[in-house]
Amino acid sequence: MSIQVRPAITFEKVGRVFGLADGQQVTALRDLSFSIAKNEFVAIVGPSGCGKSTVLRLIAGLIPPTRGRVSIYEVAVDEPPDMVGIVFQKPTLLPWLDVKSNVTFPMRHKYGRVTEQDHKLARELLALVGLSDFASSRPDELSGGMQQRAAIARALLLDPEILLMDEPFSALDALTRDEMSFELLRIWTERPKTVVFITHSIPEAVLLADRIFVMTPRPGTIAEIIDNPLPRPRGIDTLADPVYHELTTRIRNTVFARPRAA
Amino acid sequence: MLAILAVWEAACRLLHVPEFLLPAPSVILKAALAMSGSEWAGHITSTLRVALEGYTVSILISLPLATMLALSPILSRTIYPILVVIHSTPIVAVAPIIVVTLGVSDLPRVVITSIITFFPLVISTATGILSTPDELVELSRSLRATRGREILQIRLPYAVPHIFSALKVSITLAVVGAVVAEFVAAERGLGYAILFATSTFKIPQAFACLVVLVMMSLILFRLVVTAQMLLFPWSLPREKRA
Repeated sequence: MSIQVRPAITFEKVGRVFGLADGQQVTALRDLSFSIAKNEFVAIVGPSGCGKSTVLRLIAGLIPPTRGRVSIYEVAVDEPPDMVGIVFQKPTLLPWLDVKSNVTFPMRHKYGRVTEQDHKLARELLALVGLSDFASSRPDELSGGMQQRAAIARALLLDPEILLMDEPFSALDALTRDEMSFELLRIWTERPKTVVFITHSIPEAVLLADRIFVMTPRPGTIAEIIDNPLPRPRGIDTLADPVYHELTTRIRNTVFARPRAA
Repeated sequence: MLAILAVWEAACRLLHVPEFLLPAPSVILKAALAMSGSEWAGHITSTLRVALEGYTVSILISLPLATMLALSPILSRTIYPILVVIHSTPIVAVAPIIVVTLGVSDLPRVVITSIITFFPLVISTATGILSTPDELVELSRSLRATRGREILQIRLPYAVPHIFSALKVSITLAVVGAVVAEFVAAERGLGYAILFATSTFKIPQAFACLVVLVMMSLILFRLVVTAQMLLFPWSLPREKRA
């Protein structure tokens, strides 16, 4: 893991300032430097308002950095790159399309057409996320967890190298949330991707990630990068591992040891 | 409904209400039957044509206009105040001016109807377009899709529930617009027929026309509701789907 030659994602002294409507300026991120290896699973944890989502939007090329450089495979990100898939906090499926058409939507939206090949791929992805029987269902006929599975399939359609997930399970109930974490681990094992996973749940981060970036707010910066020694494959037994609890507690102390945003 | 009609009929007969104040339902029905079928057909098609033409023009103008207003702050700042002024002007007062300006044809009537119906459509469509979740707009940007696809594949479909609530309001306004236009200048149509009947004190006949107008509005409203149910069932709350 430590001898990766070309990192998938690199931040070099990245800062981001937002101008507010009243002319004030808010520093959302300051002096962020890190790199993420190919097929690494990184979780970013921190309290609300620490700029976690801004990091994600910088990688996705949706906003430019104010200072420094964000690059993917050593190429600076100056527009949304092709090799990135995004899963948002809410599933945001299109209510007028059935599940399969929602999964193929990125193809239709980007290129204006959906080929038989894409339909085949969509069926495979629906099978991967366990939604084969719901291909022709409408999104509002699905539970929150199932909708988020469909959103993951949609993000995987263009076969991205990098999967960005912005608190994808935070709107789900606790049981569904755990189930989805295990599902994500299984999907990631079957289709290795570089994953950047934003969450405010420390246990979730510890269960999923290879490394955990702990962020603190105002200005948003990385307080600590923690290597996760928990062995893979991880599953329900991982939750009983003493290392899991040790690490969760340690990260919690890091987060609470600093002044928090109101 | 039947009970109301019965009470109405009874009240008129027992209290000897004069026909020119409030005719009984039976008298109205008699007046309606006194007019020939071709006479009815002429009035109804005339009003219906003006209402539907005005409504169609209004839709064709307001959907693109609303899209531009929603997505361009500059256009919104410059055009929106003009729209509010147009909407605030009493249409009944402007109607005679429009007729003088545009001449005596269907054109001024269609224009009057469009003016009365387009405002709710513009406001609701713009609101709907702006209600698109940020995440979907970001999804669109992350795919580097064109602005046209963003509008056609994401924003306008998202506005459909808003558009249809405005379409329901506007279809009844279209009938109002047609009648107002006919009051000002027409030689046919239900509005004209009411004006003509009252000027010769044929109150039951005026009431008959009124009843037909109300029925026309209700049927048109029903058609819009049905269209939404058939074309965009997903835009309705689950329990209202067919």
